[in-house]
Amino acid sequence: MTAALALGDDALVLSHRLGEWAGHAPVLEEEVALANIALDLLGQARVLLSLAGDEDELAYLREERAFRNVQLVEQPNGDFAHTIARQLYFSTYQELLYEELARGDGPFAPLAAKAVKEVAYHRDHAEQWTLRLGDGTEESHQRMRRALDALWRFTGELFEPVEGCEVEWSALHGAWLSRVTAVLTRATLSLPEGPWRGAWAAGAGRQGIHTEPFGPMLAQMQHLHRSHPGAAW
Amino acid sequence: MTTTAADAGAGAYEAVFDAALAADERIEPRDWMPDDYRASLVRQIAQHAHSEIIGMQPEANWISRAPSLRRKAILMAKVQDEAGHGLYLYSAAETLGTSRDELLDKLHSGRQKYSSIFNYPTLTWADVGAIGWLVDGAAITNQVPLCRCSYGPYARAMVRICKEESFHQRQGYELLLALSRGTEAQHAMAQDAVDRWWWPSLMMFGPPDDASAHSAQSMAWKIKRHSNDELRQRFVDICVPQAESLGLTLPDPDLKWNEERGHHDFGPIDWDEFGEVLRGNGPCNTQRISQRRRAHEEGAWVREAAAAYAAKHGEARA
Amino acid sequence: MSGEGNGAWPLWEVFVRGRRGLAHTHAGSLHAPDAEMALRNARDLYTRRSEGVSLWVVPSASITASSPDEKDPFFEPAADKPYRHPTFYEIPEGVRHL
Repeated sequence: MTAALALGDDALVLSHRLGEWAGHAPVLEEEVALANIALDLLGQARVLLSLAGDEDELAYLREERAFRNVQLVEQPNGDFAHTIARQLYFSTYQELLYEELARGDGPFAPLAAKAVKEVAYHRDHAEQWTLRLGDGTEESHQRMRRALDALWRFTGELFEPVEGCEVEWSALHGAWLSRVTAVLTRATLSLPEGPWRGAWAAGAGRQGIHTEPFGPMLAQMQHLHRSHPGAAW
Repeated sequence: MTTTAADAGAGAYEAVFDAALAADERIEPRDWMPDDYRASLVRQIAQHAHSEIIGMQPEANWISRAPSLRRKAILMAKVQDEAGHGLYLYSAAETLGTSRDELLDKLHSGRQKYSSIFNYPTLTWADVGAIGWLVDGAAITNQVPLCRCSYGPYARAMVRICKEESFHQRQGYELLLALSRGTEAQHAMAQDAVDRWWWPSLMMFGPPDDASAHSAQSMAWKIKRHSNDELRQRFVDICVPQAESLGLTLPDPDLKWNEERGHHDFGPIDWDEFGEVLRGNGPCNTQRISQRRRAHEEGAWVREAAAAYAAKHGEARA
Repeated sequence: MSGEGNGAWPLWEVFVRGRRGLAHTHAGSLHAPDAEMALRNARDLYTRRSEGVSLWVVPSASITASSPDEKDPFFEPAADKPYRHPTFYEIPEGVRHL
């Protein structure tokens, strides 16, 4: 179940990163919003990982190289602009992907049909904030631009075919580009110009090659579970 | 309220207020109320709201390390609820004419307090369970009577909060039960957490009645319905059988049933420790406030951006 | 006034329709920079346990209250603040100790 792991790990890892915001959000209302998104994603991850095996064994006992998430979702939260840029790139992709999967009759259709409503909300949240940060103050505009640029090179990987997902990947990429471009234009921003993938190991996250911040994240996530082998919680 | 006070003086307003209290009616935001009643409510609601948002920190400390995905989801939902409860309470305080920004300023500058319990650290995963069972349990014991508080918005906020919080205590109890019945190491972890959280939980009810500065007036105003000692006793009586079912021991050699009183007797509380923590010398006071202040300061550019966007795009600004 | 400027967000009143066939009922309030965000914050905060099917948000400052029993001078100094607003939360059924 390569696809269940890929999609499940995306949701799990992004949920974990969003959970790190708890107690640190810029305003109380946003504590609630970010937690909602994190909880939706965690719910999706649990369903997807359960299709592939035992959710906790998969989450807590795999080594870093066995995780199949894209590198985008493991990137540290950074400032709020980085989190929003990550959300915009990922949730736009996830919504398009789930729309496709929901239309098909593959194993993910039921999950995708339910999740696509949640994801549409995540995408809306990211868009609303992209507009406000992009077209807010000079400072917020600069921060948003820097964040979009910094994460841009992780976006190409989103459209590497995932075995088991019957999706027209290049069409997905085209749709993604036009949606993201439309939002950025409204936000008085523009699409970053640099390369949209790293120079080595294309599609690396899906092959188990991750970025350095992922190791410490997993160490923290897995430490307690691994310290008590076989224990129930 | 049926009395019309349209052309009367302050005395008549006060009479209307007193009559409403006597009839157990709610006071609502636009009603006349004594200045001290208003001030007392703002102080209490603000402290309560601050406690909710500072209280997110010790538990959020374990979100990244929660040992199963189920526990991770529960903990995230719980910490989210605390943010929501903070919001309900700040809104209740705003009906009294104090903005959330003013209250946050006072929290950040140390002029308003939050519950001292959150100045204790969460050292192990079991602390998440102990907080749910004991800290939330004590909070609920305190809060249930507040659903009948004389000030309408506060009472209604508390109804909502109590309803949502019922799962908080249960998840904590269930978490501890799993540990207590788990491996030897897990059981020890649970016992250690209960040992550390029991006494601070008892302190959550505030100083003994004979030393409580605000109690008598708050009771007369029906902001408060039961005395500190009364609620503390109720909590102890509830916890003793629950601890037995958990298979854990409450760390008090003097704890025993008193047939005559129909209550459990319990040992003396270390009020010196309480006073020290209250004065800012608890293990986490500085850390909690500085994290809170940092989040607020680092979020300033975000709040400003959204306000600037709204102004640019001609949104109705209140 | 601290409710304005410097990035402080105005206050909004939230009304929730619990289910079809019921009127919108005041659920509480929140802060948001504008109406769109107010709606989204309201959805997150007041319907996260599936409490509603439809939401209204209204700037608190736009609400005019009738209060025949009151006389404004008695409200100084709070009368110039937009934070006064009537009934807050519906009291749900099934909560004990009410």
